[in-house]
Amino acid sequence: MGIAAMLGTPVKRREDPRLITGQATYVDDIKLLGMLHMTVLRSPYGHARINTINTDAARQLPGVVAVYTAQDIKGTVGNIPVAAPLPPHITSGMGRRLPLAEEKVRFYGDPVAIVIAENRYIARDALDLIDVDYEPLPVAIDVEKAMQPDSPILYEEFKTNVATSMHPSSEQIDKIFADTVANGGVIVKERFVNQRLAPSPMETRGVVAEYRKSDKALSLWSSSQIPHLLRNYLAIQLGLEQNQVRVIVPEVGGGFGCKLNIYPEEALASFAAMKTGRPVKWIEDRDENLAATIHGRDQVNYLEAAATRDGKVVGLKFHVISDMGSYLQFFTDVIAIAFTLPMLSGCYDIPNIYSSCDTVFTNKAPTDAYRGAGRPEATYMVERAMDVIANELKRDPAEIRLLNFVQPEQFPHTMATGALYDSGNYGAALEKALDIIAYDKLREEQKQKRAQGKLMGIGISSYVEMCGIGPKGTTPFGLYESARVRIEQSGTVIVYTGTSPHGQGEETTFAQIVGNALSIPQEKVLVLHGDTDSTPEGRGTYGSRTTSVGGSAVFQATERLKEKMKTIAASMLEASASDIELEDEKFTVAGSPQKSVPFKKVAAAANTSNTLPPGIEPGLETTVFFEPEACTFPFGTHICVVEVDQDTGEPEITRYVAVDDCGKQLNPLIVAGQVHGGIAQGVGQAMYEEVVYNEDGQLLTSTFMDYAMPIAPELPHFELGHTVTPTNVNPLGVKGVGEAGTIGSTPAVAAAIADALGVAHIDMPLKSEKLWRIIHKQ
Amino acid sequence: MSVPAAFDYHPATSVDEAIALLQQYGDEAKLLAGGHSLIPAMKLRLSQPEHLIDIGKISSLSYIREEQDHIVIGGLTTYVQIEQSDLLRKHFPLLPEATSMVGDQQVRNRGTIGGSIAHSDPAADLPGVVLALKAEIVVQGPQGKRTIPADDFFVDTFTTALAPDEILIEFRLPKATGSTGSAYDKLANKASHYAIAGCAAVITRGQDGSCSAASIAITGATVRTIRARAVENALVGKQLSETVIAEAVSHATDGEDMIVDIHGSEEYRRKMAAVVARRAIMRALERI
Repeated sequence: MGIAAMLGTPVKRREDPRLITGQATYVDDIKLLGMLHMTVLRSPYGHARINTINTDAARQLPGVVAVYTAQDIKGTVGNIPVAAPLPPHITSGMGRRLPLAEEKVRFYGDPVAIVIAENRYIARDALDLIDVDYEPLPVAIDVEKAMQPDSPILYEEFKTNVATSMHPSSEQIDKIFADTVANGGVIVKERFVNQRLAPSPMETRGVVAEYRKSDKALSLWSSSQIPHLLRNYLAIQLGLEQNQVRVIVPEVGGGFGCKLNIYPEEALASFAAMKTGRPVKWIEDRDENLAATIHGRDQVNYLEAAATRDGKVVGLKFHVISDMGSYLQFFTDVIAIAFTLPMLSGCYDIPNIYSSCDTVFTNKAPTDAYRGAGRPEATYMVERAMDVIANELKRDPAEIRLLNFVQPEQFPHTMATGALYDSGNYGAALEKALDIIAYDKLREEQKQKRAQGKLMGIGISSYVEMCGIGPKGTTPFGLYESARVRIEQSGTVIVYTGTSPHGQGEETTFAQIVGNALSIPQEKVLVLHGDTDSTPEGRGTYGSRTTSVGGSAVFQATERLKEKMKTIAASMLEASASDIELEDEKFTVAGSPQKSVPFKKVAAAANTSNTLPPGIEPGLETTVFFEPEACTFPFGTHICVVEVDQDTGEPEITRYVAVDDCGKQLNPLIVAGQVHGGIAQGVGQAMYEEVVYNEDGQLLTSTFMDYAMPIAPELPHFELGHTVTPTNVNPLGVKGVGEAGTIGSTPAVAAAIADALGVAHIDMPLKSEKLWRIIHKQ
Repeated sequence: MSVPAAFDYHPATSVDEAIALLQQYGDEAKLLAGGHSLIPAMKLRLSQPEHLIDIGKISSLSYIREEQDHIVIGGLTTYVQIEQSDLLRKHFPLLPEATSMVGDQQVRNRGTIGGSIAHSDPAADLPGVVLALKAEIVVQGPQGKRTIPADDFFVDTFTTALAPDEILIEFRLPKATGSTGSAYDKLANKASHYAIAGCAAVITRGQDGSCSAASIAITGATVRTIRARAVENALVGKQLSETVIAEAVSHATDGEDMIVDIHGSEEYRRKMAAVVARRAIMRALERI
């Protein structure tokens, strides 16, 4: 492969050999001398008052070193951090918590006490010896019931479970709706439940904490997406200086947003290490992961849509209810408000969008970012709305979409929601998807199958998402990204990124960016991440931001060094820096190909300094912080074909086409991988996954025997296509693709299954019994 | 948190040694074969045996062979051995077919037929298959061997006719006579992939083409693994038209208590038991 072609080519992921040969180091592989093990006692109740906790028997078990409850950590360990608390109640402490429950437990799995022991078996045995006297309380499980005045209240002093309630005047939208009706248009209404999901990364959470008392140095290994934010907030929680805390994120086996968080166990293991003077490890079990790691989605949404008879949508009115669960985690309170509401116009040029929103506490695990984080909910609502409208008007869903898309020449375009979309060509992506799947022929086939009594359905979803967070002011801590690039004497390169890739393949992508910019093989570039002591302050990996924001920092830092090398090369070649070109690993004077100096030689000159011209600082190292001025808006269209078994109601996906536009593709192999995984996860929500609590607040889906994850044999072959619409909000022209598959797929599958059954809408997950009941009108 | 409670581990090298250990530790002991039911239960501490007797290394209990008018299978034969057995594919296609639907490859590599049957989980696939095949189940205890007909083996959920000091050592499957076909069909829940409803069907057709014998067992739907006698009675002696089969399978779970959970209501499970029974019978007929 020519070096020039390096960017945009399907370079195999350099991460994979170590991952698939078992040589990667995860948190559980960290074993320190004298290390103790921590287990967590969790609430078996959804809501209960803690009268007393007796830990005497547990403490006396041989091998137990310590048992701690809220009383032990109070005053020493601060509350769980919240990134962007919202007024009014939240600033006054509603939803805030210590890492261990104090007076009440508020969800099944709420941490109550920790045991520190010589090994995890003893630590587990000791949990059974802790005697907690609970007084069970009535629970608030159903979010809409939780909003009623007679509901059990999680935070009694606030007399309500509703945290933030945004209900702007709807006078204007109501008038538009009335006018639409008066002019012969249609109004459709629907209620959507976006069910609660468990992120379920293959590697659960895990922590190792080590504390050196002599100089107050805390090292924390954690399976996290955000090493620096974790370091910064943990320092506050523990009363340490930032530079006394070092967070190391080794290999991470998947996050999907659930590791974009600061959890009780991180502070608890640190506290225990500080108290006992020995390293402490905690590895989360799967049942803990399903119960006590954050959940995703969980919104109830009401839609009203107004459209003209000929299918032009004139207004959408949404009410969004966000079920936050029991406590505020890092982004719990802003998922709906900051990520769902701005995206409620989808790909469509709709002049009037109204949204109201309530965020509500219930006796369930906290919800927070999960792959897509608020945007899948918006896309699902908007796409279901387009289908409900198409259904009402007896129009083809593709046609309704094409009729309402924002047109390519309108970009950059400010939507009625206030979101500023950078670039797009929604019609092209849809047309391409229709083309790949041979849509007209497919509808013919559907007619024939229906005539034979077969339940075939076709679903279309055109999505747009908001990626690359984020511009200044989005969070209190700023959402820039950093890169330190060092070119070594030998001409090899080390990149230290502030992002924290955990499966996305940016070690490969970033090497491609650097290799391409410096005209050296990407193999000569090493990409390091995840250690706060060696990487510059960064914000981590989530929200499809790593390449667009972090990659841009890498690119700019590399360009800066390239300029410096050109100056050095110019002096070595006795030419002007502006005449120096870099190609094929050598610097050449433009127009004089015989006058060149190898890349390596310039790198050596810079690093050894003796031959440098005066005024040039030795070394080749620089750090860049890149802060994007706007978000990127990747988009695409997914089409799903299903057949539903008449007798059992079981749905099967028979074809799946995805056309995604993530701007420029730096590595199409990695893009395809992200799309594949994303679709699988979105299909999981549409067809299988649901966290279920019973009416007493007990978690019914506490193991994979009951929580259904999609598995490979259930998924079809994915037929992928792409369009490329670059963005100018970053120097690479990339938009992000980490969440696209998840966002695009769920509505496509839901639409296909509703279409198969000939109904406008069915709530997810679309499991066989539910569909069987509709087919047989049971 | 899932780690097992403390236990003593006793590897047994022979059946006699295992029986002696069972006698010694009685109710406090559990036999470990493939471990794919027991270990998860122990990790969740639903099962806390003080002594674990590992019979998994007794290689003499792992075999599939022909003995005159029987095919015999050793108790420690793994799912994957059954799935890939040409002998079984020829004589009882139902058995490799059902086994191929158990768990995933990793489970099938380790899990054993004896372990599954002795565990007697009504949601499991193989108990129904063993019933439908009218297996003779050979068990061995301090007093030697005895044979229990499959019909008498499954007592209730997780309860069998095995005595606490006995080990299940062999399955003896009588070879089919005449024109016989068999099949297993299952509607799996998407989490555990256990059956919401499953059916093992063995159908024999007489000289005149009518059904001369039928053996139908239901899995996953009812709280215990059952022979669906009402279905069998409605089939035997009849020409098996679609109407006759449809009427027969509507009685698949008559009078039985049903499993009810988030994967299927009572009503759905009853209806699905009928659907999978119909499909299994149809496929068995095709195989005659």
